[in-house]
Amino acid sequence: MTITTPAPGSPVAYKDPVRQALARRRARRDAFVGMASLVGFVVVVAFLVSRTPGWPAVQETFFNGQEFVDTFPGLLQAFLLNVKIFLIAEPIILVFSLIIALVRTLRAPIFLPLRVLATIYVDVFRGVPTILVILLLGFGIPALRLQGVPTNPVVWGTTALILSYSAYVAEVFRAGIGSIHPSQRMAARSLGLSTFQTDRYVVLPQAIRNVVPPLLNDFISLEKDTALVSVLGPIEVLRQAQIDASSTFNYTAYVGAALIFIALTIPMTRFADWVQARMSKRQRAGAVA
Amino acid sequence: MTSPVLLEASGVWKSFDDHAVLRGLDLDVHLHQAVVLIGASGSGKSTLLRCINGLETVDAGTITLDGDVTVTDPNVDLDKVRRRVGIVFQSYNLFPHMTVIDNVTLSPRKVAKIPVAQARVEAMDLLERLGLAAKADEYPDRLSGGQAQRVAIARALAMQPELMLFDEITSALDPLLVGEVLDAVRELKLGGLTIVMATHEMGFAREVADRVCFLHEGIVLEQGPPEQVFTAPEHAQTRDFLARVLA
Repeated sequence: MTITTPAPGSPVAYKDPVRQALARRRARRDAFVGMASLVGFVVVVAFLVSRTPGWPAVQETFFNGQEFVDTFPGLLQAFLLNVKIFLIAEPIILVFSLIIALVRTLRAPIFLPLRVLATIYVDVFRGVPTILVILLLGFGIPALRLQGVPTNPVVWGTTALILSYSAYVAEVFRAGIGSIHPSQRMAARSLGLSTFQTDRYVVLPQAIRNVVPPLLNDFISLEKDTALVSVLGPIEVLRQAQIDASSTFNYTAYVGAALIFIALTIPMTRFADWVQARMSKRQRAGAVA
Repeated sequence: MTSPVLLEASGVWKSFDDHAVLRGLDLDVHLHQAVVLIGASGSGKSTLLRCINGLETVDAGTITLDGDVTVTDPNVDLDKVRRRVGIVFQSYNLFPHMTVIDNVTLSPRKVAKIPVAQARVEAMDLLERLGLAAKADEYPDRLSGGQAQRVAIARALAMQPELMLFDEITSALDPLLVGEVLDAVRELKLGGLTIVMATHEMGFAREVADRVCFLHEGIVLEQGPPEQVFTAPEHAQTRDFLARVLA
């Protein structure tokens, strides 16, 4: 095989074929070593775990095939409630937290009471563990026996999640708004746009885009925390698993519930990673002041 | 100069914390005039331009537009002032999430409430004049610095301002791209637009300016036709500055 190097200045992207072949061989070798190391690791861990004295009992209690087959359909059925809570809470959280974040950026003196309220709200609900908010609302409000106020624990559990998460997400939005360079606001104002128009057309579209990755992280977190509503009693997937476990003294249902959550969160996490990677690539490509 | 005064700044003071940038500055700009501000960094050129369209509030003194609107009046509607005074910045400040055409039509659509179709036609006209028609649907990150700066000029012109302020608009550019931006400014000057421009491009100042103002320590220390300021400056500080930038 004769290798001809193009003349200097030729309009081609020339790469030395020998070096390229070497690079390909290295890549193949790296891939092989990586796979071998992974398989070896899994085999060793599996071997060690299976040799522990309690393993037969654990296998029977947590990884019982028959128990899995028996409980899994019921778990899936119960999981629909988690999905429902998530789908109702998420859009409300997005809108509510954006409003809170915007209120906290208002500087006019007339809005001072609103700003103080928003700040107190964020401080309080970020400071209290979500499970406590769920317990307090879920048991406290129905106990007031107010006319026309729902007593359904799912309603109050969802409300508690909304209140707790909105405080976090509001801070994410606020950070996004803060990440927009003041020169953008100045350029918008110099064109005669009002403060509101500047936020609406210039600041928020960029701010929201910047916080998509952290927002997706909070979604994933919320999806898992729907299980906390189980403390109020409604039969969602964790509650269902508890019922199964306490009736048979076998914990395989918990593993089943965990698998259901993982099946949903892994694609969400990969999606969030993908969005983040795409955005940082775009930012590197076009860094315009 | 027989044309009427469009902009009058008198006794303008502005400081940031304890740092006094403008110290009782006076400046008149007549209709259709191009006034070029020169002076060292920190002499107050940018601050003055920002005060003129109300992006900064002044501490004392007045700035009056067209004899009827006092920019420095605390009760003035600054959004109205800014519709009459366009500004272009050193760092372009295009909106990165909008295409070129959307950048240019934003203010006409949302502030002047011109119908979208009409705003588009007018914006395309402007982009055509600035040699950017082919870039209308690109995003700013696909433009060269010179193109971005010309889009910023088109965006400011879209509101049909009576007065244009240029704040060192070529300072961030690759030397090869400075010419295309200065050409655009020259066109505007020939079209009769009133211009106040801060720049370090002395050759351009000499060619285009009706009047050159040398800012030094917060005042206009010396002003006059470019020939006079550049060839026979009165003050030692002006001579010193010119000797350093023209060296």
